[in-house]
Amino acid sequence: MAERNEAPVLEVRGIVKVFGGVTALDGVSMSLLPGRVHCLAGENGSGKSTLIKIISGVDTPDAGEILIDGEAMSGMTPARALRAGIQVIYQDFSLFPNLTVAENIVLPAAIASRKKLFNRARSRPGAQRIVDELGLTLDLDADVEKLSVADRQLTAICRALVQDARILFMDEPTTALTHSEVARLFGLVRKLQERGVAIVFVSHKLDEVLEVSHDITVLRSGQLVASGDAREYSVQSLTVAMTGRDVDTTRLVNDLGKRGAPLLEVSRLDLPGAFTDISFDLAPGEILGITGLLGSGRGEIVEALFGLLKPESGTVTVNGAALRPGSIRSSISAGIGYVPEDRLTQGLFLEKSIADNIIAGSLDSHARGKVVLSQKRIAETISTLFTRLRIKAPSVAAPVRSLSGGNAQRVVLAKWLATKPKILILNGPTVGVDVGSKNEILTILRDAAREGMGVIMISDDVPELVSICNRVLIVRRGSLVAEFDSEQIEAQRIQEVMAA
Amino acid sequence: MTLAQRMKTLAPRLVGANNEGVLAIIIVVLIIVMSLLSPSFFTVHTLFSIVRSALVPSILAIAVLLVIISGGIDVSFAAIAIFAAYTTVHLAQQGQFDPGIIGILLFACAIGAVLGFVNGAVIARFRLPTLIVTLATQGIFRGILLVYIGSRYIAQLPDSMAGLSTANLIAIDSSRSYLPLLVVPVAVIVLIVAWMLRRTMFGRGIYAIGGDTEAARRAGFPVVRFQIILYMMVGAIAAIGGLIHVILNRNANPQDIVGTELDVIAAVVLGGASIFGGRGSVLGTVLGVVLVQLINNSLLLMGVPTAWQRAAVGLLLVVGVGIQALSARRASRRTFVLDTVEA
Ligand SMILES: Nc1ncnc2c1ncn2[C@@H]1O[C@H](COP(=O)(O)OP(=O)(O)OP(=O)(O)O)[C@@H](O)[C@H]1O
Ligand SMILES: [Mg+2]
Repeated sequence: MAERNEAPVLEVRGIVKVFGGVTALDGVSMSLLPGRVHCLAGENGSGKSTLIKIISGVDTPDAGEILIDGEAMSGMTPARALRAGIQVIYQDFSLFPNLTVAENIVLPAAIASRKKLFNRARSRPGAQRIVDELGLTLDLDADVEKLSVADRQLTAICRALVQDARILFMDEPTTALTHSEVARLFGLVRKLQERGVAIVFVSHKLDEVLEVSHDITVLRSGQLVASGDAREYSVQSLTVAMTGRDVDTTRLVNDLGKRGAPLLEVSRLDLPGAFTDISFDLAPGEILGITGLLGSGRGEIVEALFGLLKPESGTVTVNGAALRPGSIRSSISAGIGYVPEDRLTQGLFLEKSIADNIIAGSLDSHARGKVVLSQKRIAETISTLFTRLRIKAPSVAAPVRSLSGGNAQRVVLAKWLATKPKILILNGPTVGVDVGSKNEILTILRDAAREGMGVIMISDDVPELVSICNRVLIVRRGSLVAEFDSEQIEAQRIQEVMAA
Repeated sequence: MTLAQRMKTLAPRLVGANNEGVLAIIIVVLIIVMSLLSPSFFTVHTLFSIVRSALVPSILAIAVLLVIISGGIDVSFAAIAIFAAYTTVHLAQQGQFDPGIIGILLFACAIGAVLGFVNGAVIARFRLPTLIVTLATQGIFRGILLVYIGSRYIAQLPDSMAGLSTANLIAIDSSRSYLPLLVVPVAVIVLIVAWMLRRTMFGRGIYAIGGDTEAARRAGFPVVRFQIILYMMVGAIAAIGGLIHVILNRNANPQDIVGTELDVIAAVVLGGASIFGGRGSVLGTVLGVVLVQLINNSLLLMGVPTAWQRAAVGLLLVVGVGIQALSARRASRRTFVLDTVEA
């Protein structure tokens, strides 16, 4: 264990960053000690990623200084930061979609060592070593754009770990990972920390954060509101520090009343290699949770419902009418909405404004007559959703790229709510969303369900499923293995069945 | 490994990362069809004349390929090529001296690099769209050439250049088939660029920038410097293309080359380079050039008017881009995640 009272490897003092009119950071200071894990906590848009990007030289601060080993660094650039031993796993991964996994992992290291030549074959073993060390099965020769979100995240993690970092920033590194992958990552984090690496960990999974961290810094709206020893915090008190209020997470489920005709019926859906013999139904107003480990086929099932995948056999009916298999258009016109897992690339037009994004999927329903759009109704929809989802941005005209990760997520949700779907399918709706907002999102879903919308929600977050779902289905190796209904739902038992 | 599995891993290799294999097959099919249609097609004479006509487009296409991989598009390369070549010849003629072929080459490349620098500096520093910038500079370069340097056709090349005009690598006098010596420098440049793209950090950096510029910056690539160097390199390569054109034609005409942009860009896109950036190969580009030249040549042989050749190339470009759009859509339908449940 590294000795205490060591000099900090990195210190930032009075960092200020203003984007346009928005103050993202307002005089934040933080110091990192070698061999300790530092938790950087805060709600969505509180400035965590911005602080990291300033330290890694991606953004330039408007005021304040960065000291490495007590020495002030002026004019930080990404290359200088890398050479100083700073490694970052960015929230958006920042990978090269067109290059292979192996190249993505080793290229930054090659730049940092000022190499002029590059040999793909000879750089492979280095990439293989880190992949093995983490016990992963990544195809090193696959292009990153062909990978699942989880594999992209793992690639980003490997890339940061392959170099000998002295300071490692992890900006929500576990959003797409399974429990076992998270466990292995934490194992490695401990090893690094014993080697004296200073680690900064950002995550909205607070129990996870508290499990690994020694020190804590909490930001709220760009200001430092608390810092200290992690042992003095519980999930509860950290939540209060982040949000400034208590967040109630008790189970609150809509009463369905007497079961009538189902809204959605899925019967014997089959797709070799993905899932087999899937049957279930969904009542109006019901919130159905689907969970299972990553790769269990849970994502493929809902993709088939939305027409992204074409099942080999089986039927899906909405209000008794069968959908055309593998047709997105047929699913949409039947009233199904789908919030995908990889929302930053699949769900949004990053350069367009929040308003454009919210309305993008529902222009048809805002038409007056056949062709003319009703500006008034469009504006109403946008402003209602903007306020209801509490999207943190200067105005609805701000481009989505300028939003924090969690706020971009809310825009996707707003876009789908604007379409007023009969059935809304969400794949990980609260990944990367802070505790306070998570509850708000769940409340929004609950309200929508109360008005008769059927909700199917895929989630890893068992407490979240418990707090909102009428029923929970568990998928293992492509089959439905268990169903918990209202009375039986209990976090402990769900976790047991999932891992069995 | 079963046969089926081997076939599965072999097939994508043959097709190539940028559909080079498909392109090669199309070329072979076209050659067979043309040979059946016209007995005079399948001869060494035709082969040599196609190679000869492909020399300048190959060099220019390599230059364009670099820009397209980096995520941009360049329409000023033709203006740079003729600017550099014509200015060099013009100065040599006016000064009544011949600096030798190496001197001429260096001088033309320097001019090309300076003009490329203008493009690169504006694009990298001000982050402007490359199409607009190069469209503007194309006009500017052409204007300066015609107004300040000369608009006259020069029929007399310096001796060192004129000598190269008639030098052949292979000459078969019986069938009057000649393969110009200039094939050698073109091949060398093509191979150097291919090596650079695969084996140097600069080359990989160009791919990285084309894939995601912000990610490249975060990974530590000096994006602005790389972009400026890239455009200077493109200018220099274009200048070489201009020189080769002048040598092959045995005269320097300031109105030449400009107007061939469509052929060149079409060849690069057909060669599998992605218009969205980040993808493309030298092999594919050369095959693309060969295909375009082959089609032009075939249409000529069949007596199709030249105006229709332009239309044909335009059509090819649409096909090329269409294939990209289709395969992009297919790729976005991802395959299943394997079931990696651990007990
Ligand atoms: N490039 C930019 N242009 C304009 N505003 C920006 C930009 N980047 C960040 N912001 C703003 O700065 C604030 C802080 O964003 P930041 O990404 O640091 O939040 P965060 O704490 O990482 O949130 P999350 O948990 O959602 O990832 C947000 O209000 C965001 O809208
Ligand atoms: Mg963030």
